[in-house]
Amino acid sequence: MKYELVVLGGGPAGLAAGIEAKKNGIKNILIIERDNELGGILQQCIHNGFGLHEFKEELTGPEYAQRFIDQMAEKGIEYKLDTMVLDVSKEKKIQAINSIDGYMEIEAEAIVLAMGCRERTRGAIAIPGDRPSGIFTAGTAQRFVNMEGYMVGKKVIILGSGDIGLIMARRMTLEGAKVEAVVELMPYSGGLTRNIVQCLEDYDIPLLLSHTVTDVKGDGRLERVTVAKVDENRKPIPGTEVNYDVDTLLLSVGLIPENDLSRNAGIIMDRRTSGPIVNESMETSIEGIFACGNVVHVHDLVDFVSAESRRAGINAAKYIKNEIKRNEKFIEIDGTNGISYTVPQKFRKENIDKGLEVFMRVKEVFKDVKLEVRSGEEVLMSLKKPHLAPGEMEKIMIPKVFMEKIKTNKIEITIAR
Amino acid sequence: MKSLICIVCPIGCHIEVDEENDYRVTGNKCPRGAVYGKKELTAPTRVVTSTIKISGGIHNRVPVKTSSDIPKELNFKCMDLINKLEVKSPVKMGDIVSKNIFDTGVDIIITRNM
Repeated sequence: MKYELVVLGGGPAGLAAGIEAKKNGIKNILIIERDNELGGILQQCIHNGFGLHEFKEELTGPEYAQRFIDQMAEKGIEYKLDTMVLDVSKEKKIQAINSIDGYMEIEAEAIVLAMGCRERTRGAIAIPGDRPSGIFTAGTAQRFVNMEGYMVGKKVIILGSGDIGLIMARRMTLEGAKVEAVVELMPYSGGLTRNIVQCLEDYDIPLLLSHTVTDVKGDGRLERVTVAKVDENRKPIPGTEVNYDVDTLLLSVGLIPENDLSRNAGIIMDRRTSGPIVNESMETSIEGIFACGNVVHVHDLVDFVSAESRRAGINAAKYIKNEIKRNEKFIEIDGTNGISYTVPQKFRKENIDKGLEVFMRVKEVFKDVKLEVRSGEEVLMSLKKPHLAPGEMEKIMIPKVFMEKIKTNKIEITIAR
Repeated sequence: MKSLICIVCPIGCHIEVDEENDYRVTGNKCPRGAVYGKKELTAPTRVVTSTIKISGGIHNRVPVKTSSDIPKELNFKCMDLINKLEVKSPVKMGDIVSKNIFDTGVDIIITRNM
């Protein structure tokens, strides 16, 4: 089998990349999805709040997905469901398997990686205690409740105040469960502030900051969860333990880009994002292999995933048409002084039309600071930021005119008082 | 003055509402923030999203929502109503499954094709 472009993953990233490549003249495209339908995790995110940037209206996850699925059908893009990709090589050969076609070897001129991310589990954060049933990652519980119609429990503690945890606190409450508390290790929430308001405050669910789960008890089913305060080094403080008699513990303790295929292909990764290092074209260290969405870095908003993925789609099309320029040396982007990472990590001015959009996260909460772009000693841009938080991804647009001023092979994005 | 976080969109502006001055809103980045600030202190509303039973679909549940926001205190009554609804596949995004709930002029609609 031969295609011009193969997209791995039929979630929001893969759909946007595929559609955009088609709009840019690529005819022979295949999207590979391991689930039994397109749309990815959006299909279980039945709450609203999606699409404000993309469609200028507030949609639920399934509605947002449906709009892209409709566009895909309209464009006649080929896709395979229930199909697992086993391997991707740097020569852009893909091995995949499903129960209709069996084992397949697919040759691609270009590949877009759009595999998304997975949830961290109890094992990843080493919660001590028994191993009863009733402990779920929040996203798994979300799928059980919203798609399969199984209520996962009646009395609930949620560990982690990331968005999925907050959304599930409301969802479980609306479905009749009692959510005792959302427990957060850090002194701030990892989720969007609007979710704290409309998911916790609306239903009087306590948010316990600087707390963690220190013990789990249960014979067969979960019976008791022990929660304790932590000190500034995130160590539990003895004597502060409180027991909750609950049957369910949901974990919303972070997402990890799913890059087993990328690593096997030999793509160079960024330790900070756990995703591939990408350039201005969303191209990885292997020419012709692009990446976008949560496989590159975990986003808060699907709207930004769609925007980023369109860039991957356009550039995959350019690559196939041999239009990506490779004359200049890369300029590295260095996030310093409170910036934990940037995407892209490097760029070439020659491939930038109007400007370069850079996504980043901060390491802690900042109030009334400036976000600065510097080239050596020179400040290229300075933006006032009244509020920066690790739970809220920042993005800045560096206009092309500023780029002409860059004389160094590195620019710095930093936080200044 | 009351401090609120605007929940109209994911930006989450930190806004101030002046109750003594016709609920004048400051700190909002868009006009919807001003509308939200006033409404939140006078008559708060929410969109309710949930699922209903479906037979013959690829999943056991199909997602629904209120076609517009409803008074916040109706959230649980709305859930009781939603929990009684059932449909048969095929359904389409936008199909109305319950009309004019609690005389609010708001419908319950399906949010995906299945």
